[in-house]
Amino acid sequence: MLELSQITAGYGAFTALWDVSLRVAIGEAVAVVGPNGAGKTTLLRAISGLIAPRAGRITFEGADLAGRPAYDIVAHGIAHVPEGRRLFPQLTVAENLKMGAFLPSARSHFRESLERVYTLFPVLAERQAQRAGSLSGGEQQMLAVGRALMSRPKLILFDEPSMGLAPVMVLRLFELIRRVREEGYTILVVEQNVRQVLKLVDRAYLLEVGRIKVEGRAADLAEQDFVRQAYVGL
Amino acid sequence: MTPLRVVGLLALVALAVVPVLPLGAAQEYIWHVIIQIFLWSFVGNAWSLMGRFGLVSLGHGAFLGVGAYATVLFWNFYGMTPWIGGALAIVITVILALVVAYPCSRFQVVGHYFALVTPAVGEVIRLLSVAERDWTGGSLGVTLKTGGTASGWWTLQFADKRVFYYVGLVAWLFGLWVWWRVDRSMARSAMEAIGEDETAAASVGIRVTRFKMAITALSAALTALGGTLLALYLAYANPDTLSGIGVSLRIVFAVVLGGMYSLLGPFVGTALTIALSEYLRIYFGIHFIGIAETIYGLLLMIFIIFLPAGIYGSLAEAARRRLTRSPAGVAVRT
Amino acid sequence: MIDPIFILEAVVNGILLGGVLALLALGLNLIFGVIDIVWIAYVDLVALCMYAVYFLVTAYGWPLWLAGLGSIAVGAVLGALVHLLIITPILASPPINQLLATGGLLFFIQSAATLFWSTDHRSIRVSMPTLEVGGIFISFTRLLAFGLAIAAMIALYFFLTRTYTGTAIRAVSQDREAIALMGARPQRLYLVTSAVGGAMAGVAGALLIIQYAVHPYFGAAFGPLTFMICVLGGLGNMVGAFVAAFIMAQVISVGGVIVSTEMGYVIAFVIFIVLMFIRPGGIFARRA
Repeated sequence: MLELSQITAGYGAFTALWDVSLRVAIGEAVAVVGPNGAGKTTLLRAISGLIAPRAGRITFEGADLAGRPAYDIVAHGIAHVPEGRRLFPQLTVAENLKMGAFLPSARSHFRESLERVYTLFPVLAERQAQRAGSLSGGEQQMLAVGRALMSRPKLILFDEPSMGLAPVMVLRLFELIRRVREEGYTILVVEQNVRQVLKLVDRAYLLEVGRIKVEGRAADLAEQDFVRQAYVGL
Repeated sequence: MTPLRVVGLLALVALAVVPVLPLGAAQEYIWHVIIQIFLWSFVGNAWSLMGRFGLVSLGHGAFLGVGAYATVLFWNFYGMTPWIGGALAIVITVILALVVAYPCSRFQVVGHYFALVTPAVGEVIRLLSVAERDWTGGSLGVTLKTGGTASGWWTLQFADKRVFYYVGLVAWLFGLWVWWRVDRSMARSAMEAIGEDETAAASVGIRVTRFKMAITALSAALTALGGTLLALYLAYANPDTLSGIGVSLRIVFAVVLGGMYSLLGPFVGTALTIALSEYLRIYFGIHFIGIAETIYGLLLMIFIIFLPAGIYGSLAEAARRRLTRSPAGVAVRT
Repeated sequence: MIDPIFILEAVVNGILLGGVLALLALGLNLIFGVIDIVWIAYVDLVALCMYAVYFLVTAYGWPLWLAGLGSIAVGAVLGALVHLLIITPILASPPINQLLATGGLLFFIQSAATLFWSTDHRSIRVSMPTLEVGGIFISFTRLLAFGLAIAAMIALYFFLTRTYTGTAIRAVSQDREAIALMGARPQRLYLVTSAVGGAMAGVAGALLIIQYAVHPYFGAAFGPLTFMICVLGGLGNMVGAFVAAFIMAQVISVGGVIVSTEMGYVIAFVIFIVLMFIRPGGIFARRA
């Protein structure tokens, strides 16, 4: 479904990713793990169009997406739940979700999508009229995910979803992502929390200093000593 | 003695001898234009002392106005010689500047806020000049009372324009010297640091408030001096020509056109704008009033979009790059 | 001493003036709050709309209400043009350059107006009654302008809160990247914002031409006042600007009656400068 081929990307004079290649098949849940500064966020930003890669190809269901602007990429069916949630703090929960369905294709199914999100996350229904900035961390994360679902995507990118959440919330969060996955969405998660995320996904890649070092089935990787060791130096 | 220095020196000598050259019937006019150029570029350099460090004031008309009006009124009503009257005017202006600059610096009124507070100050001065019409003649302005037989160095009123020519030349050179000294000083590095990141600058021990106020005071003092000289030369002060947002913008425009970050930028910009304005006045006569400014406005917009370093600034930058042939990008101040 | 009835009248007139000043400030603030650029030339755009109404009525014989609608259209088009031609190229430039670009526009408009229409003051003769309420004389024109200004602001409020585009405009001012991830084009939203800001200028223009004469330097008269109100209320803060407009209008109106018209303005500016010392972020400082 999604294929990255030799992507090189960065900011200004600084290159964050070198020759990165990865695949995500339909219905899969894939993780990209790695330490701080490895380039994980850059990777997702390159896919969702917030930055343009310097070299390489990105294909999604046959379409060539590298370098296209963000609003175009959403229209192709890729939703990005950004690092730090990036909610609209002054808008209410309901308005944030409304914004999620900005695309014409999403707007025509607005009611339906909204129902779905409220069923998945009843808390959001309760707090519809509340300003997003006043929600708790966990609620904000749910809203961020719900907002992404409103665009009726096929692939959802999660950027460090557990960041800033209390350990209890982290467990609930991954449970949430599992449920989203069960709804039929394809998932690409970028995470520092290796242990938790490997329990969630089918396959994973290890990204270190801008390059893919290891890839494999989640179960296999979880066993690898050196993966666990790479993390002690976090 | 570099070639550039030689050229500069020759240009200076040329400027200095203009009044003694036989230029025919139009000579008074030519002197008049050059005097204006000297005085207004002096003001422009004064403004750029603040502008180049990010303190973009759109209210320098206030300083100009106070300088001009104070000097004229001290003479008209108290017979005070402009030497003292002008000095007093400068002191008053500096006080005004500090009064406004202190809270601005202390409470970090920067960027947009600063740029929008400054026209307010300019407007206050302009409105006051109009409101206090018993003293100032309101919107009609005030004429410098003639010194009559006392004309001369005491009253700084001269029948012979040429004296003013040299006064203007000296003032302009003085302004350049001050600019050059600031450019070479510690203050410049401090101000640039402040311009980039005030908090960071403060954390390394730079006395942010002090520097900002000092630069503002200096800029205001010089501008007031410019206002004084202009009022004395034109023998007339008017709220719209010497204060208010119009004149403030005109100063800014000339400096930006020529280049805010260079020594001679204000001179080049002022010379060009005045020359353009005079040319258009001659060409169109009294028809098409406002065409010069319309073209200015258009040029300003075009320049900001395409040539932010100004004409002189961009040329200087290009020349420097050519001469040093540095492969790494030369930091162009945009 | 001054008859208290005059003070009361001044207060009422101040409220009426406040409505129109608030409209001016809101338009400017909308654009700043979303795009983060101050249109120094905003009030000059208002002046252009005033000229538009003037010429539509006097040269083309349009009825006033139609000319008012025309003014809104002209304003919207001007707003969009300014954004496309001037703002878009300098979006990434340092703030100084942005200020100077719109400053250049101010210059350009004022001089072009002088060029085309000379410095004559032009006004529209509107014969409307003067109402008398409890000894106070209120000009119906001013009352009408006030009412329409309030109506325009309510319309803006509904636009921003009830429509998709309006909500998206609020969203883009809070997080430009995030809204792009939802499939919205920030550039388009900016364009719409500029057009709406321009339309507001058009409304203000129509309301002002029936009260004041227009001339090329109208912007120089009302401009600093508008900036002052915006800064006082907190740049980008719509509610703040609304409140500040009424406060300032009161100072000008009452000060104008007690001392003199110009001094009324001087006092207002001085109060502003003093308030900036106390609350440099504006009365309701918005966290940047």
